[in-house]
Amino acid sequence: MKPTILLDGVSKSFGAIRAVRNVSLALAPGEIVALVGHNGAGKTTLIKLMLGLIRPTEGVVRVLGGDPSTDAEVRAAFGYLPENVAFNPALTGRETLHFYSALKRAGREQVEGLLERVGLAEAAGRRVRTYSKGMRQRLGLAQALLGRPRVLLLDEPTTGLDPALRRDFYRFLEQLRDDGATILLSSHALSELEGRADHVIIMGRGEKVADGTLDELRRLARLPTRIRIRLAEGERRDGFQGSWRAVNGRMLEIDAAPEEKVALVRAAMGAAIADLDVVPPTLDELYAHFQDRQDLDR
Amino acid sequence: MRTILIIAAKEIREGMRNRWVLATTLLMATLALTLAFLGSAPTGSVGAGALDVVVVSLSSLSVFLVPLIALLISHDAIVGESERGTMLLLLSYPLARWQVIAGKFAGHLTILAFATLVGYGTAAVALAGSGRLDGTAGWPAFAALICSSVLLGAVFVSIGYFVSAMSDQRGTAGGVAIGVWLLFVLIYDMALLGLLVVDQGRTVTPEALNALLLLNPTDTYRIFNLGGTASAVAGMGIADQSTLASGTLMLALLLWAAAPLAATMLVFSRREP
Repeated sequence: MKPTILLDGVSKSFGAIRAVRNVSLALAPGEIVALVGHNGAGKTTLIKLMLGLIRPTEGVVRVLGGDPSTDAEVRAAFGYLPENVAFNPALTGRETLHFYSALKRAGREQVEGLLERVGLAEAAGRRVRTYSKGMRQRLGLAQALLGRPRVLLLDEPTTGLDPALRRDFYRFLEQLRDDGATILLSSHALSELEGRADHVIIMGRGEKVADGTLDELRRLARLPTRIRIRLAEGERRDGFQGSWRAVNGRMLEIDAAPEEKVALVRAAMGAAIADLDVVPPTLDELYAHFQDRQDLDR
Repeated sequence: MRTILIIAAKEIREGMRNRWVLATTLLMATLALTLAFLGSAPTGSVGAGALDVVVVSLSSLSVFLVPLIALLISHDAIVGESERGTMLLLLSYPLARWQVIAGKFAGHLTILAFATLVGYGTAAVALAGSGRLDGTAGWPAFAALICSSVLLGAVFVSIGYFVSAMSDQRGTAGGVAIGVWLLFVLIYDMALLGLLVVDQGRTVTPEALNALLLLNPTDTYRIFNLGGTASAVAGMGIADQSTLASGTLMLALLLWAAAPLAATMLVFSRREP
């Protein structure tokens, strides 16, 4: 499938600071992409490059086949939520959305539905000045979703959302993805993205450190899977020597390399056990692994 | 065009919300009414029409007030939005950067035109209502006053945008805007007067003086209003030495509005949000 967003050898410098260095990536339609990295890793710069708000010092940025910095057509297909979104405090939430929907030629009739969706229907007539941080964030989300965007670029979208709204938000994103939208999320809340992101890009110091599906990254990282068992009453732990460690009482655990994983689980099943957990490395651990590796390479 | 109108409408709505429109209109109406009634007391002895006197005193006031209001509205327009973070989102929408400037300009100019028309218009209507006007002689000059005041406002809105687009911080933009105001309203004229006194007409020819006056939009505005029908009572400063045609003066003001605006669009399209 033709990629929606294509970056080829993109670098961006601000004076002496090289914010993004030689990044190439391709994002396909119908996928949720997680962009993760420490503060200052170049996530926001990368998003601004995709939006065409800034131009690359080197390399090429293509979105939907066009150059987003010059092609207004391309930008009409965007939904963007900036980190720390701000609105004019003197206007009401509804007026704000009417303004943005007009700019996007999105039709006013969407506005009420979106206000409802983000839980701002009651506050829509109040000025943004009176909104809490979470409410502003929700207004920002509503604005990003105007006009059925084909490319959603969301910078830290879930800060300030309560768990129920967060779940609803991800469900909505999944709908948009199934319609063929490309969704890029940048986030610090890695555990939240787990199981939701189809594709993970890890940035470190302006460079792309890792890029792939969560499974691909796990294979690449070769991080151990943690197997934890609880022995049944009366069973002795003689069969579990070596790397098996005892954790409080009858629990035992081991960090299994990818190729020994199945054998170890089979061995555990052979004994009388009351419980078994197999925990693959989390996104947090993968992230830490790739970060450390980048540090070693320097 | 639609994008420009949408942005202009938002600026006007914001102006009404934060009471800018109301405050400006009230300020202009109060000052105009005060001048109209207090300032017209001695007219009988001079023999000039009441409205002519008002045009003279109002234009002397506008030279200070209109640039100040225009710079107050405009100096924050770009750097303020950048600093608050609203510009980043706006520019991600399908619009060109020059449209943002054009839309803001249209909106701010509408606010200024409304305030001038209503504020000064109130004074004229009140004068007419009080029966102090004889005939319709003063009205063309009064209409010219309002038009040229709006144009003077456009000049300083445009200069304010340029200052705003060049600044990295709101504080800087505010400081520079005050400097611009002082320069054009006070310092330039004082320096010019000083020059004329020292020179005693030896090197500064009338043509050179004309050129020097056109280089300052407030002088251009002053000559336009005081050099016309009201010149009989002007009698002050250097205005009545000038021989510039009103068409030239209007053109100069238009250029003064257009050039900084074009420069702003150029600077802004290169600015990285």
